[in-house]
Amino acid sequence: MTPFLIIIVIALFAITIWQLSKIYELSKDTGSIDSTQVANDKDNQTQGKLMLAFGIAFYIFMLYCFWVFSDRALPAASSEHGIEYDSLLLISLAVIMFVQIITQGLLHYFSYQYRGKKGQKALFFADNDKLEFIWTIIPVIVLAGLIIYGLFTWSSIMNIDEDGDAIVIELYAKQFGWEARYAGDDNTLGKANVRFIEGVNSVGVDQSDPYAQDDVITSELHLPVDRPVIFKFRSQDVLHSAYFPHFRAQMNVVPGMITQFSFTPTVTSEEIRETEYMRDKIEKIKQIRLDRSTAGEEDMADYEQFEYYLLCNKICGVAHYNMQMKIVVETEDEYNSWIAEQQRFGELMQDAPEMQDPEAVEAESGNEMAQAQN
Amino acid sequence: MSAVGHTPIDHAHDDHGHHHKETFITKYIFSTDHKMIAKQYLITGLLMGIIGIMMSVLFRMQLAWPGESFWIFEALLGKWAPGGVMSQEIYLALVTIHGTIMVFFVLTAGLSGTFSNLLIPLQIGARDMASGFLNMISYHLFALSSVIMVSSLFVEAGPASAGWTIYPPLSALPQAIGGSGMGMTLWLVSMAIFIASSLMGSLNYIVTTINLRTAGMSMTRLPLTIWAFFVTAIIGVVSFPVLLSAALMLIMDRSFGTSFFLSDIYLKGEVLANQGGSPVLFEHLFWFLGHPEVYIVILPAMGIVSEILATNSRKPIFGYRAMVASILAIAFLSTIVWGHHMFVSGMNPFLGSVFTFTTLLIAIPSAVKAFNWITTLWKGNLQMNPAMLFSIAFVSTFITGGLTGIILGDSTLDINVHDTYFVVAHFHLVMGISALYGLLAGVYHWFPKMFGRMMNKNLGYIHFWVTSIGAYGIFFPMHFIGMAGLPRRYYTNTSFPYFDDLMDLNVFMTVFAIITAAIQLVFLYNFFASIFYGKKATQNPWNSNTLEWTTPVEHIHGNWPGAIPHVYRWSYDYSKTNENGEYVIPGQDFVPQHIPLQKGEEELNH
Repeated sequence: MTPFLIIIVIALFAITIWQLSKIYELSKDTGSIDSTQVANDKDNQTQGKLMLAFGIAFYIFMLYCFWVFSDRALPAASSEHGIEYDSLLLISLAVIMFVQIITQGLLHYFSYQYRGKKGQKALFFADNDKLEFIWTIIPVIVLAGLIIYGLFTWSSIMNIDEDGDAIVIELYAKQFGWEARYAGDDNTLGKANVRFIEGVNSVGVDQSDPYAQDDVITSELHLPVDRPVIFKFRSQDVLHSAYFPHFRAQMNVVPGMITQFSFTPTVTSEEIRETEYMRDKIEKIKQIRLDRSTAGEEDMADYEQFEYYLLCNKICGVAHYNMQMKIVVETEDEYNSWIAEQQRFGELMQDAPEMQDPEAVEAESGNEMAQAQN
Repeated sequence: MSAVGHTPIDHAHDDHGHHHKETFITKYIFSTDHKMIAKQYLITGLLMGIIGIMMSVLFRMQLAWPGESFWIFEALLGKWAPGGVMSQEIYLALVTIHGTIMVFFVLTAGLSGTFSNLLIPLQIGARDMASGFLNMISYHLFALSSVIMVSSLFVEAGPASAGWTIYPPLSALPQAIGGSGMGMTLWLVSMAIFIASSLMGSLNYIVTTINLRTAGMSMTRLPLTIWAFFVTAIIGVVSFPVLLSAALMLIMDRSFGTSFFLSDIYLKGEVLANQGGSPVLFEHLFWFLGHPEVYIVILPAMGIVSEILATNSRKPIFGYRAMVASILAIAFLSTIVWGHHMFVSGMNPFLGSVFTFTTLLIAIPSAVKAFNWITTLWKGNLQMNPAMLFSIAFVSTFITGGLTGIILGDSTLDINVHDTYFVVAHFHLVMGISALYGLLAGVYHWFPKMFGRMMNKNLGYIHFWVTSIGAYGIFFPMHFIGMAGLPRRYYTNTSFPYFDDLMDLNVFMTVFAIITAAIQLVFLYNFFASIFYGKKATQNPWNSNTLEWTTPVEHIHGNWPGAIPHVYRWSYDYSKTNENGEYVIPGQDFVPQHIPLQKGEEELNH
């Protein structure tokens, strides 16, 4: 595969050079005096036409990209606010493409239409207040609309309702992995700080905090469908970013600070696998992997089924590209039975051999305990 | 002051040796002449550009063919590519140093440094910069910082690799990533020196523009290039010191145990003593420079493009006052939008709303500029010189890249495209490629002024078309992998199957990147060969109005052999006609700035 691609690159490049040398020859052979290296009428003709050709080719290329590549874009959002996100994105894209088509068209058309000719007189046109007013006011109106729409959506996304029936989950980031801590039956997270990290207590939960006893620490994220989740993010080392592409959610994870984001998943993992989009996509990826395996270059594991995932999206070290976590969205019942099976933090610590005296940990961390929140 | 210190008549000979003993060292290295300093900036910038672009080719190859072995990796990366396979460490180092070099060393120093130095004195009618000595120091500090930055590539634990934004704690802790040891120290030292260089340059540009304009050159008669350089210098003076303070605090966190940016950190089985700092503070400080920085990069390119478009359209720039006003508006707004890089940083969501508002406001002056450029072409008599082609392409990439800013500047939409390849595509088109086009346009246009010779136009056309197609070939499809949710700065996206269907796109982009990078060799050949063997230039090859074309082709100290010309008009009297439809100067479609008003000519107030 690779040698093949390299050959393509080289061949394309060779063709380019060959074509260019032809252009070079052609443009050289203009018959005019090539003494000044300033564009003459012949150059203006050629380059003006090329500009028009480029403009048309660019239109085709854009269409091609949208036609062929847009199936790579993310599927419809799997969260409540994501629907609004998607429609705002669609509107913005429409506005952008509209302006793009018009301005690029004018730019390349004018470049062709008004290409220089000997004796052609340019129009001395220095100012026109009316025109300038028009193209100041139009962006103002369009942008005002987008800003207002965007800000309403933004404040509804960022406005977190802590009192409802939302589940509170802490997402804990470190080089290079994620852990989730569920708040448990009391829906309140126990206090935590990196200074409590010791043995199996890998996310640094305060053992003396009664709220902490029923916390559940897992390496997979399970979420019940249609129920709001409040994520509290904590990092133990460097900046990370919790990126849930399918849920249109992202928040940086900052050491020394707790950040938060809330969303309501609306599509279970089962459901999204059944969508046409996802079936096609998985089929395609399976085929790609099969092709590569049969090409004998690498043995690629089979891609069994789609899972939601959480990615790290802030450069965090050498294995940044491989810092991910599986997310399972399931029905309330499935979720309840899953969470019931998980070990509580209190049990975890009792099982752990040789627990350190909590007093000692507290003394060590001293005044900085005030920093430990939740 | 060198600006007034010479009797210019003495230097009107071709032979420079008579009055000053000019040795190689005083002429080419420790020169205080702004034209020589401009060339020094340009050539240093081009050399850094070669390094920066080479790096991008290397990591694009890794992205297209992850984990493949290439002899070129082994040859260039040595121990960082065991068996010819690029290591994860060096991948991050390459993207970091590529960003740093391109943004600061090529597009700030190479672009603004070159053309501000060359054009400010020449276009305002001054003998030299306000302080030639400060100008010389400014270049030499830049050269020193370049050397330090390049030398950081060779340290044992690798160069800085925390991304060009060097967010702590990653950049502060060598335990977190190898590049944050000696490599990061050198990065910070280099940048501190760079900032000093930039400030000296900027202060010089500001003072020169304010004080040394020739008689009649009012601010409203300045060419748009000068307006752009002047305002760029002001933004630089306002924002670069903030980066210096951030760098100093980071140095203290790294070396002296302070906790400005560090708190509650557990690394390698150890809790660090740092307490109470905030990485978000660093982000604020960084982007307080970082955002104006992109305008420091793009404004000079805008000025250059405005000038070249008007000259080659044989038409006045459309809406001169609006162009100046939009430069000022962009400059002002640029200092209050930095938070749009931090919508999901954990800062208060209310701030997100404010920054969305200010950010989208910036689209208005940008739109005005784009429309005015397009209107400048309308009913022109376009002379398709290579500089003109690059200027047209600048408008094209600036629009394409700028429009996606409407998505990224919207705090809501930013949530899901933040730090994905969508951002990479956006800023490469709007400030990377566009500013490079501005730089290239400027080189093609003012090469005759710099070196007294012409560049080969046919090679220029080849260079232009391949670059123009290639740039879109790389960066337009990149939006789509961003929309697919692929994060940037990933060593490879094959460690899980979900992104496997993006591989063909990655190969597509890399092929274009290799071709586009390779064609720059044509430019380099054209550039260096033309310095020595190019066709001799005439005094005013593009029939331009600005004052630099009234100086002799041969460079002399003090620029004009006789008295400095007076200015009687703005610089855009192209194709101006009298009532009877005849050109103001019969048979000539341009009226240079130093020509007094002709009989019967109507003066327009712009």
